Amino acid sequence: MGIFDYFKSKSAPSSASVAKDRLQIIVAHERSKRHQPDYLPQMQQEIIDVIRKYVNIGNEDVQIQLDNTDDCSILELNVTLPEQN
Amino acid sequence: MSLSGDTTLAKIIVVTSGKGGVGKTTSSAAIGTGIALKGHKTVIIDFDVGLRNLDLIMGCERRVVYDFVNVINKEATLSQALIKDKRTKDLFILPASQTRDKDALTIEGVQGVLEELAKDFEYIICDSPAGIEKGAQMALYFADAAIVVTNPEVSSVRDSDRILGILQSKSKRAEDGKEPIEEHLLLTRYHPGRVALGEMLSVSDVEDILAIPLLGVIPESEAVLKASNQGTPVILDTDSEAGLAYMDAVDRLMGEERPLRFLEVQKKGFIKRLLGG
Repeated sequence: MGIFDYFKSKSAPSSASVAKDRLQIIVAHERSKRHQPDYLPQMQQEIIDVIRKYVNIGNEDVQIQLDNTDDCSILELNVTLPEQN
Repeated sequence: MSLSGDTTLAKIIVVTSGKGGVGKTTSSAAIGTGIALKGHKTVIIDFDVGLRNLDLIMGCERRVVYDFVNVINKEATLSQALIKDKRTKDLFILPASQTRDKDALTIEGVQGVLEELAKDFEYIICDSPAGIEKGAQMALYFADAAIVVTNPEVSSVRDSDRILGILQSKSKRAEDGKEPIEEHLLLTRYHPGRVALGEMLSVSDVEDILAIPLLGVIPESEAVLKASNQGTPVILDTDSEAGLAYMDAVDRLMGEERPLRFLEVQKKGFIKRLLGG
């Protein structure tokens, strides 16, 4: 660090804190997928295909999540339908 | 150890990371040497079949005759393939094959070699290849403990988390429903000056994200390259911060309390700071 660095503004968040924030999000996301069964992506695709027979939706409009609690598993399916015109 | 039936006291420790180039082999060599220096009979196995390098780091590359795959295929006995370290008593190296690929490793083959080693050794260090494929999975499958080598950098931290997931689901201990593999975080190539400037993830940042116990922090050090140039494990360089930090990590691995050190920025003189040196 030379003498000119002392005049630089220090207002922006440090790159290390940006790195930490990004990592916390991606790691949490990947951990939540870790315990999902292998068939889930394919099942998600098939569900999308069925819905698409009737409504025009994109892949990102369907969210599927499997949550395991102590005594049961909950499959949560979230479909965002396009606005009706 | 989590091998079949017979109870031996050998402890199998995998040194792993997911990402390549973070210091697995350097750490395997240093930690294996450190454990042997404490008087425990130790063997370091190079699992990086096809890309062997532990022999170079340990300075025994010209003494390799037979390798791990030869032993698995019964083309050589274990005692023919084991290389006795010239500097450290109680330390042996089992080199990887340079001419085969990772498919030469089988669960049964690896298990057979580990069972034979466990009769004779207290510590078996498995130096994992990079990646999360077969070679890395073989290296961790029978482990009792794992040292996850991580650099304070986004891709390394993410890959370490991936490998933690594999340790928890695809190891023999996980498959058998036994007590899980003991996990240890080893942070390497740490640069306290850059952390202070907010340019590098800090120890506590990485601990927060990975949430596993910290075994040690190895500062970025010129001594590491110098040691590998010479084929000497860096832990033997007791004038270097990296060597001392590895020894601290070995002490902690053996259950001793050691405070962290070398995490503070070294103060530079005023003139040096002014000139940006």
